[in-house]
Amino acid sequence: MSDLERGADTEAASTEGDADDRTDRAVEDAVLEVEALEKRFGGIVAVDGASFVVERGSITGLIGPNGAGKSTTFNCIAGVHRPDGGRVAFDGEEITGDEPYQVANRGLVRTFQIARELPEMTVLENMMLAPKGQRGESLWRSVLPYFRDEVIEQERELRERAWETLEFFEIDHLAEEYAKNLSGGQRKLLELARALQTDPEMLMLDEPMAGVNPTLEKKLLEHIHKLREQGYSFLIVEHDMDVIMNNCERVIVMHQGAVLDEGSPTEIKANEQVIEAYLGGEV
Amino acid sequence: MSDPDPDGDPETDTAAVPDDEGPDDPEESSAMIRPEWRSDLLLVAKVVLATYVGFFVVGVLSGAGVNATVGTIQSITFFGAIFALGALALNLHWGYTGMFNIGIAGFMAIGAYTLSIAVASPDGSPAGFGLPIPVGIVLGTIAAGLAGLVLVIPTLRVRADYFAIVTLGFSEIVRLSVQSRSLRQIGDTAYGTGGGQGIRATPVDSVVGWLFDQPIVGDVGGVLIVLGETVGIASSVLERGIYTLVLILFVVAFYVLLTRIAHSPFGRVLKAIREDELAAKSLGKRTDRAKIAAFALGCALMGLVGTLWMGSRTHISPDNFMPLITFYVFVALIVGGAGSNTGSVIGGFAFAAFIFEGPRFVRTMVRANLGTDFPRTAHGAFAELGAGDPSALIGYVLYQQADEVRYIVLGVVLIVLMIKRPDGLLGHRKEISAGVDLSRRGPVADGGRPAVGSDDRAGTEGETDDPAATNGGDRDE
Repeated sequence: MSDLERGADTEAASTEGDADDRTDRAVEDAVLEVEALEKRFGGIVAVDGASFVVERGSITGLIGPNGAGKSTTFNCIAGVHRPDGGRVAFDGEEITGDEPYQVANRGLVRTFQIARELPEMTVLENMMLAPKGQRGESLWRSVLPYFRDEVIEQERELRERAWETLEFFEIDHLAEEYAKNLSGGQRKLLELARALQTDPEMLMLDEPMAGVNPTLEKKLLEHIHKLREQGYSFLIVEHDMDVIMNNCERVIVMHQGAVLDEGSPTEIKANEQVIEAYLGGEV
Repeated sequence: MSDPDPDGDPETDTAAVPDDEGPDDPEESSAMIRPEWRSDLLLVAKVVLATYVGFFVVGVLSGAGVNATVGTIQSITFFGAIFALGALALNLHWGYTGMFNIGIAGFMAIGAYTLSIAVASPDGSPAGFGLPIPVGIVLGTIAAGLAGLVLVIPTLRVRADYFAIVTLGFSEIVRLSVQSRSLRQIGDTAYGTGGGQGIRATPVDSVVGWLFDQPIVGDVGGVLIVLGETVGIASSVLERGIYTLVLILFVVAFYVLLTRIAHSPFGRVLKAIREDELAAKSLGKRTDRAKIAAFALGCALMGLVGTLWMGSRTHISPDNFMPLITFYVFVALIVGGAGSNTGSVIGGFAFAAFIFEGPRFVRTMVRANLGTDFPRTAHGAFAELGAGDPSALIGYVLYQQADEVRYIVLGVVLIVLMIKRPDGLLGHRKEISAGVDLSRRGPVADGGRPAVGSDDRAGTEGETDDPAATNGGDRDE
């Protein structure tokens, strides 16, 4: 239901507001657009003119051999690195060079290759941190008597949401554990759950399956599919080709900082260049 | 992990949550937080009372005399309050935000000097503005907060040990500046810092005299002093004790303020900065803003501590603000447990009692029992030891070198602590940063998840349909 609304909304928005006249390669409704992105570190060109789009409500995979520039692309989109060239647009608005918190507050939230849980905070604290628009994040509101009541009120609502999300991910039995005591896979789940607490539009997952056992991997994928049905969009960097090929509608292949090919998994599998890049790149 | 319900339907899960309790209670949050307060207050009271009793018994039995013993207890409490205040302020920086501030003495100096210049008589040398003391205290606090603001903005990106060096450098710059000849008297004006000689001003503890002039408080105080004198306690000890009571009120105020911060979303952001700043940023948190606010507030509090401590002397000079003071405050916090406000208070008190004042108390006891006739040099002490008199060495160490014994105690305490309790006395406690008790579910009355739960989820998503509309303003901020 909300899916439909969402589609209608943005269609209207893109027909009116999009002054950008570039051709959308077979993607009608792009939630994320990356165009000629460039990033250099000293003499190394990590990303060299990468362009791609992510369709709204899709699970899109981003693959490529080591050193292809996937993580750097991620970091440029998320605002960790400031790109040296090109542009990034999210929901039709330019976010090139925005700070990480600005990108996140627009509804584009990322997770990390190595889970960055907040170790000495409990799972619940991790969850409570994430929601945006928390009134009590201002110093004086959290301290002054009258305003503090409002903060407490909001805390109560957030607590409810935190528990619901934990239940959805079936990690509510760990709620009061320090995040550092969780297993690697549970941390990945926590990170995804925490990212959802921000009410995002789109999630960028950097190797969500790395170090996750097969049972948990299945569970994680189930969650991702369930969330997709609820209308979230996903961009996933992943090394496991099976995961990408079996779960993504679209796949983007990067090689040497540029996009080598993009298309459906079957198209990608048929592309000899891609196979060559993988064999040649990884050894 | 083995959930019987493959869909993860929340309805079945909720029943398994053990903490579901009775009907929704609007007062729950305060009801849940208050017992913690009480037990913490009780804990502090226990530690303080045990220390008092211990010192009193040892002091009286050892023949140090009631006056000297009560004097020691008074000064333990005074320094206990001071270090508790310092440790609480530092806890906001280091315990919560992970900002390694080792420039505490500098911020105390700014507070104390601002106070002195504001309060000193206009005829003095150097001259002051002759303002009332409360105004001076407020100005001192604000000045230290502003200094913190000026320092933190350019150093936001500097992390951990590099930040530490910046703050240490800052505190030394402050100390050397007030000491410098050129600021002794600024230009042709009569105002200045007084250079190495320092500045003379009405001390902050003159509030005690003012209190004695008040109708009821003064009468009570008068009675107390008469009572004290009948058991052999000097009136000066009692007057000092009353100022210490004022300090304790400040400890309570600091504690309430910082506990409120700790139990709030703001405190949660600070903790997240300590744990992983990039992760916090990636969740949309404005970490820079939180760091600036927390640092400036902590510095203002340190400035306030400076006014209350050094301002209670008739005279302050740059030597009062050596980096050693910063070190003391850190030890107090480490003993108590970084990250815990109650720990900060206990740590401050324990540091004052056993490390700061303990050796001086031993000195008092040695004087009462063995006299004061001890060799003044290590050579002399060992010579007498060789001649068969061990009391000379004991006296030399415990009486002549009492202040140095402090460092030995300090080292031993730190080593033992690192081995036995690396997190400090209370650092191991799980102190949750939230305004409500997170383990209790709010609207769940009977253990069943209301059916609206899932609709709610869809509802909140609906709201984010157009993030540009709701968040568009963020960009321009």
